[in-house]
Amino acid sequence: MRRRHFLTLSAATLGGVLIYSLDRKASLLAAQHKPVRIPLRSFTETEALIVAAAASRIFPSDDSGPGAREAGVAIFIDRQLAGAYGRDRFRYTQPPFEDAPRELGYQGSATPRQIYREGLRGLQGFHLRDPAAQDEALRKIEPTLFFSVLRQNTIEGMFCDPLHGGNAGMVGWQLVGFPGPRMSNFDEIEKYYGQAYRPKPVSLRQATGAKVRPSEDEK
Amino acid sequence: MKALPAVDAVIVGAGWAGLLMAKELGTRTSLSVVVLERGPSRQSSDYSTDMDELDFAIRLRMMQDLSQETVTLRHDPTQRALPLRQHGAFLPGAGVGGTGEHWNAQVPRFLPDCFELLTKTAAKYGANALPEDHAVRDWGITYDELEPFYTRVDKLLGSSGQAGNIRGKLINGGNIFEGWRSEEYPTPPTKVPYFSWLFRDAAKSLGYHPYPAPSANISRAYTNPDGISRGGCTYCGFCGRFGCMVGAKAQPTNVLLPIIQKRKNVSLRIGAWVRRVLFDPTPKPSARGVTYVDGAGEEFFQPASLVFLASWTFNNTRLLLLSGIGESHDPATGGGTVGSNLTHQVSVPSATAFFDQPLNRFMGSGSAGFLFSDFDRDDLHRSSMNFVRGGYFAARGYGFQPIGAFGVLPNSVKATWGSEWKKAAVRYYDRTATIGFVGEHLAYKANFMDLDPVYKDKLGDPLLRLTLDWRDNERKMADFATRRAVEVAHAMGAREINPFVGLRSYDSTRYNSTHIQGGTIMGDSPAHSVVSPYLQHWQLPNLFILGGSTFPQNASANPTPTILAFVYRAADAIVDRYLKHPGPLA
Ligand SMILES: Cc1cc2nc3c(=O)[nH]c(=O)nc-3n(C[C@H](O)[C@H](O)[C@H](O)COP(=O)(O)OP(=O)(O)OC[C@H]3O[C@@H](n4cnc5c(N)ncnc54)[C@H](O)[C@@H]3O)c2cc1C
Ligand code: SF4
Repeated sequence: MRRRHFLTLSAATLGGVLIYSLDRKASLLAAQHKPVRIPLRSFTETEALIVAAAASRIFPSDDSGPGAREAGVAIFIDRQLAGAYGRDRFRYTQPPFEDAPRELGYQGSATPRQIYREGLRGLQGFHLRDPAAQDEALRKIEPTLFFSVLRQNTIEGMFCDPLHGGNAGMVGWQLVGFPGPRMSNFDEIEKYYGQAYRPKPVSLRQATGAKVRPSEDEK
Repeated sequence: MKALPAVDAVIVGAGWAGLLMAKELGTRTSLSVVVLERGPSRQSSDYSTDMDELDFAIRLRMMQDLSQETVTLRHDPTQRALPLRQHGAFLPGAGVGGTGEHWNAQVPRFLPDCFELLTKTAAKYGANALPEDHAVRDWGITYDELEPFYTRVDKLLGSSGQAGNIRGKLINGGNIFEGWRSEEYPTPPTKVPYFSWLFRDAAKSLGYHPYPAPSANISRAYTNPDGISRGGCTYCGFCGRFGCMVGAKAQPTNVLLPIIQKRKNVSLRIGAWVRRVLFDPTPKPSARGVTYVDGAGEEFFQPASLVFLASWTFNNTRLLLLSGIGESHDPATGGGTVGSNLTHQVSVPSATAFFDQPLNRFMGSGSAGFLFSDFDRDDLHRSSMNFVRGGYFAARGYGFQPIGAFGVLPNSVKATWGSEWKKAAVRYYDRTATIGFVGEHLAYKANFMDLDPVYKDKLGDPLLRLTLDWRDNERKMADFATRRAVEVAHAMGAREINPFVGLRSYDSTRYNSTHIQGGTIMGDSPAHSVVSPYLQHWQLPNLFILGGSTFPQNASANPTPTILAFVYRAADAIVDRYLKHPGPLA
């Protein structure tokens, strides 16, 4: 068993949005004065803080709207890495592993979990630096596989259904005007030509009333 | 290995092809039929909670589990092939319903001259018009012979659309370049996303003939000839890569499975991984049945009087090679028919257009939109085309979701992360759409499949090896399509346009289409083909091969209606003739 790690988040750093903790109880952080301790499934606390900081530089919270911090991207990634995706449950992982032209796709043996573990070793102290130094550090690793996986996972954590632990409070969906799963657009699809139609987002659990289980919770 | 009691028919694979054959044999005869499917059980009620982009469209929950089996790829026979370790260019499914559960359900027919490509091209442009290294062949059947079966397929699915040619009479607003139809579509065209509407007007203004994409995501409630009722599409947009939660998308689990489940003579075995077809070479060559491994790892022999392979292009081909049925194709000598004529499609994002106004792209369906086929025939604009054959242009509103759609930006934006990138990506998120082009892929001698010498599946059987690359004909076709699509995007009022970068080497990391054909092709003689146009194996007359593996080359159109039309035709021949006088049908 791994030692239990927690990500401690203060209400102030999160700016008063809904955070889905790992037991999926939604808590409105602004309503609390105490910091929230979120149990981690695959990162250590330091790793989670580095990932959170890096994701915030990739997808910053700024004058164009909320970013990775409010969406809870680090929590999303932590859970993904603990699930089937993180351990390459569905990839073909038989040897021999050979170098290949780009068109044959990723040929490595490292799982996403291992890619993070290795990549994070190169970012020690990252979360303690100022934004300019952080950007400089990210520019250095931009060509690496780790960076492209982190960038992709950050987008996923911004826009996934909240049942996966990211897109907290559906901030990502609100940012781009995506309404989430809607059972019907029959009356609207031909009605709003050229005009923005922006129904209020609903999550899959809200839309269906069902206890949908995300794949990362499966054995 | 345990031998099971013999059955009349065994079918390998429970996708569109396998389940249609099971339904036909199960309802029209009293034969005992067993369907073996290696993936999980599925039914249409499974999809009430699947509207989750991450698990379904990104992590690809419905697709084949590649940890158990994949294919290897190389670009030419001098290279060493490597396994495709994750999904990319194509997305085959697994489980009951197969790939037909998560398809997009666009349902066009092939053009009449596809079936006689070799003779028709030679007659039009001379014997040397096709590239020197081509392996193009006629199918041994004409469109006219197939038309009644296409019409049955449209009725089975309830296809929505507008005909462009009813018995030779051209109808404006439909696809006037398509082959004749005996009847109008069973249901009217579906609704139209805004972007597709812009495309339609622009295409018209340029003198083209846009028409609503034919769709088995049906426009309104429909009851098919088997008594199956489905409701109309709600344009939820969680369509391709998902199952439909309301059953508006035709899927094997909603149009075939309910009928099969009522038949006592048909049974479905889940988790059955077929490894070999056993056969007697002499005195009367015939297949004896198949061997399979079940979920617990136990191996069985299922004897059967009739054997059907319906395990999609890759495994139809691989099972013949593993079983030693026929000879593996060798491009150096041209010998061996099994594995030859591997084709994909020229399916490219010709022009990505950026607009000032929002497009509301979350609304749509897997095949809602407009197409035009003015360049699908190579004779109309011959002087401007420096390649043979053609394809159609498409503006479809699939229903876009943000993980996949976020971050597509005009080439003028250079940032790929950080504030500047985010700002641009948020701004363009709902103002971006792609005009696609889907073109024919000719067969070439050196694009083929055989068994990989190194990599193995979970049971230790060799993986299938693809040797596949584009040639000049496809590259020129894609470049030509890009120029036309950019003109259309301008006419649509796009503010900025990213033209397609061009086809280089075959790229397994970019989704192309799941329309891969060949390997066990049909034809009019055993010298060049594996099965007859009744899908019957030339040497083992009780073995039938169903699916796109039997297509000698690729059309621009999506393949499933053609796959199903051939299954209907084979089923008729088996029920009406073969069962009375077993033996060669052709
Ligand atoms: C995203 C997507 C969109 C698509 N959109 C369209 C479209 O718009 N229009 C169109 O015409 N087509 C479309 N297609 C293609 C279409 O889905 C296929 O042509 C069609 O489903 C093929 O049916 P099939 O029965 O031949 O094969 P499949 O549906 O692939 O069925 C084969 C079955 O065999 C099983 N199997 C394989 N090997 C074995 C074995 N050894 N033992 C036991 N079982 C085995 C598999 O698990 C599978 O269930 C799309 C495909 C995808 C992925
Ligand atoms: S878009 Fe239509 S056919 Fe597709 S899943 Fe939604 S309701 Fe079903």
